[in-house]
Amino acid sequence: MDGEELTEQETALYDRQIRVWGPNGQRRLTKSHIFVSGIKGTVAEFCKNIVLAGVGSVTLMDDGLVNEDTLNANFLIPPDDNAYMGKTVAEVCSDSLKEFNPMVLVSVAKGDLSTLGAEFFEKFDVVVIGYSSRATKKAVNEKWRKLSKQVAFYTVDCRNSCAEIFVDLQNYKYTKKTLEETLEYELHFPSFHEAITIPWKLIPRRTSKLYFAMRVIEVFEETEGRKPGECSLLDLARVLEISKKLFMANSVSESNILDSVLERLITDTTEFPPACAIVGGILAQVLSRFLFAFNLLLMGNLVIFTREILVSQEVIKAISRKGEPLKNFFYFDAQDGKGMIEDIANYSK
Amino acid sequence: MATQEQQSAIKSAKVLMVGAGGIGCELLKTLALSGFEDIHIIDMDTIEVSNLNRQFLFRRSHVGQSKAKVARDAVLRFRPHINIKSHHANVKNPEFDAEFFKQFDVVLNGLDNLDARRHVNRLCLAADIPLVESGTTGFLGQVTVHVKGKTECYECQTKPAPKTYPVCTITSTPTKFVHCIVWAKELLFAKLFGDKNQDNDLNVRSNNPANLSKEREDVFERAEDEDIEQYGRKIYDHVFGSNIEAALANEETWKNRRRPRPIYSKDVLPESLTQQNGITQNCSVTDGDSMVSVMPSLGLKNPQELWGLTQNSLVFIEALKLFFAKRKKEIGHLTFDKDDQLAVEFVTAAANIRAESFGIPLHSLFEAKGIAGNIVHAVATTNAIIAGLIVIEAIKVLKKDANKYRMTYCLEHPSRKMLLMPVEPFEPNPSCYVCSKTPLVLEINTQKSKLRDLVDRIVKAKLGMNLPLIMHGASLLYEVGDDLDDIMVANYNANLEKSLSELPSPIVNGSILTVEDLQQELSCKINVKHREEFDEEKEPEGMVLSGWTQSPATNGDNASTSNNENAIDVTESSSVAETPTKKRRHSETQPESHKKETENVESEDDDLMEIENPMMVSKKKKRVE
Ligand SMILES: [Zn+2]
Repeated sequence: MDGEELTEQETALYDRQIRVWGPNGQRRLTKSHIFVSGIKGTVAEFCKNIVLAGVGSVTLMDDGLVNEDTLNANFLIPPDDNAYMGKTVAEVCSDSLKEFNPMVLVSVAKGDLSTLGAEFFEKFDVVVIGYSSRATKKAVNEKWRKLSKQVAFYTVDCRNSCAEIFVDLQNYKYTKKTLEETLEYELHFPSFHEAITIPWKLIPRRTSKLYFAMRVIEVFEETEGRKPGECSLLDLARVLEISKKLFMANSVSESNILDSVLERLITDTTEFPPACAIVGGILAQVLSRFLFAFNLLLMGNLVIFTREILVSQEVIKAISRKGEPLKNFFYFDAQDGKGMIEDIANYSK
Repeated sequence: MATQEQQSAIKSAKVLMVGAGGIGCELLKTLALSGFEDIHIIDMDTIEVSNLNRQFLFRRSHVGQSKAKVARDAVLRFRPHINIKSHHANVKNPEFDAEFFKQFDVVLNGLDNLDARRHVNRLCLAADIPLVESGTTGFLGQVTVHVKGKTECYECQTKPAPKTYPVCTITSTPTKFVHCIVWAKELLFAKLFGDKNQDNDLNVRSNNPANLSKEREDVFERAEDEDIEQYGRKIYDHVFGSNIEAALANEETWKNRRRPRPIYSKDVLPESLTQQNGITQNCSVTDGDSMVSVMPSLGLKNPQELWGLTQNSLVFIEALKLFFAKRKKEIGHLTFDKDDQLAVEFVTAAANIRAESFGIPLHSLFEAKGIAGNIVHAVATTNAIIAGLIVIEAIKVLKKDANKYRMTYCLEHPSRKMLLMPVEPFEPNPSCYVCSKTPLVLEINTQKSKLRDLVDRIVKAKLGMNLPLIMHGASLLYEVGDDLDDIMVANYNANLEKSLSELPSPIVNGSILTVEDLQQELSCKINVKHREEFDEEKEPEGMVLSGWTQSPATNGDNASTSNNENAIDVTESSSVAETPTKKRRHSETQPESHKKETENVESEDDDLMEIENPMMVSKKKKRVE
């Protein structure tokens, strides 16, 4: 396909994963360039995963200085203040990541995410925004959507033991191969703004409560002028008030369960390390599968073989779904242990 | 972040991690970040290059060092004040007995083979310490919780049986590539480079073995001054040529089968390879013996490329020559190892030539290596996710939050919107021979089968015992241990060679045996039923054990030590534990009161759901062809 073969060194290093996604999948990974902004525990986990998997390059942006708080759940920062004194989070993390896999180019970009021009994102295949305000996510998403090149856009937030991943692939075309034919599909992803402003009446009742909780928190942080994650139990009354208003404005009856979720989310916003490992893993998995979903037949022979022997409804469903990307939110809550995919789009439009 | 209660449970806990590999590295990191301060790790392995894509605590410079120790040192760099103790040892060593296990609050498994998993399960039951078990393959993973008396033990459910093939399929009538691989690895490789004293079924069974076998045996002996290439060609012609020819003579065999084609070296290879290009002289020998390879000198670069018959034949001869030229000292005690490049090249070539002969499609070195080494597909992300889930369960176990225990599946494709699917753990299986006292039934020919057959094929292979002891009534028939005197050892050895009915205390129809493993603190009863005949194809072991969970799928490391003469074990190690295949409603395992309550819970929370065979995840055995 792409002509270039993996080097001997690459084949030896990536042996076990090539057995999962094939040499073409690996080649696609080594050619992709990833931009990551906002590095805390979950994003650190994500970066570790994609560097190990062998993407082409990772560019980190996080100008925050390393301090006690940034150490939580982030194993990329050694707890030695002589080593990190005066350095930014991105710089220290970049040094650690380089050691994981010398074949991946890891670098640091300085600047303010919210004021970057659209052309900045042109050189990346994938943009991942961690821990940012609603306004910043929206601004970056809009710039990114204007680019000619089709790339993937993700946001990720983890608070306490809950997390949200948002995915935007714009208009994503993919093919499914059956024995007889190749079918073309196209999926339309709503923008970040569209996805968070869908009237709640249109959202199915059984949708994860975390979707609503995250929207309430966003409004709270924006109206109170807080930084992402800057809140405490003292803010509970105000948060619940905003929640009530939002439910009223959307003409949907409020759920009691949401109150306890909100309480957990604001009481302690530091990440729960096991949740970081899980969500950072899911995000990397979703991303790598997106990257090599283009050539399905070649990519996953072994995986298909694994399943072929199992005659069950579930299996057949699983195979036919191959290549379909995650659309468009993922939620994890360590309390019930579920990792849910939610497709939240305005289908009435 | 963790709550106050969680934090105090974490801080005071002492945990044992078994395995510092793919899951282990992730687990140790997540435990340290989560605030665990007292961790022991056991792992017998050393670091290899193919680990580096996911075992992120290891660097290229660590290759060859102890995984447990390097993992410990790496984690201490970002959490210097915690206490981590590493044991570079096999978890089956006697020092890790129930007493040792009792010092921990919870045991976390990140293992890659069923054998060790079963061993740890038994020790956890003996020591009454909760176990969190895990496994991954590709994008699939699973975490389960095993607490004695509360949830099922690791062996309550049937585990996938190791794939065994009838000997004649391997030696005479292969129909699939995997059969050729098993032949190349377990028979030919073992014959040429392994222990000469091991029984070996390499030769075709001929109608009059008396006069043929002697002569054939000698083919494999290399005379002192024999030219290596000549020797290689002689082996080639013997196994791919005259052996096939001899087999063809047996018309009965080929009545309903495709006849194989004998292949001789002179038809595929030029007269003399050495004169042609002097390959052996300039072959590349890089760091370490396991890096010796014939591929560069033959111009073969891409391991995913398919070699033709000539290329395979060249690899066969050149690899054989190289073993004698560069690794002569090892010959006689080599066992196949998937990380031994030259061994993989030789086995790939031999399997392909045999495949060609039998009209079976050929495979690339990469594929052959996967089949021969039972390589489990592994990706870093799944291990990271599973490690996170293990820690979440471990914290619940420490808080004794029994009704919150879950087994969680990590799926490749969502099922009912879930990528991570928690389900309630099952209750212990009342007929499990490991965690309950249910006797087993063994059908065996008590006049023909020897005690050795019982020990090898049942007690070790199926019951997974390490240091077994066998009693019949008050009479001790067999035991293993360091503290036995010579007379006892001689007695036991004599017993091994006797048929069951000739033992000092004869085992006959209706006898009840007690089989124990003192280290595992496992004891079980076996009811013996005499049976005359066994089907050679379906019951190759010549005995049938029922009421047991299947034998461990042997892992690559120990498969070749199997000395079962009637069946050849193929090592299909599975790292994801089996999911229950039977449908079991959760409500069935709930007390009545709880059931009511869950039904009344509003649909907000569908935690307590029916498992509809959550997914095949489980059986995810790698397909081997
Ligand atoms: Zn059991």
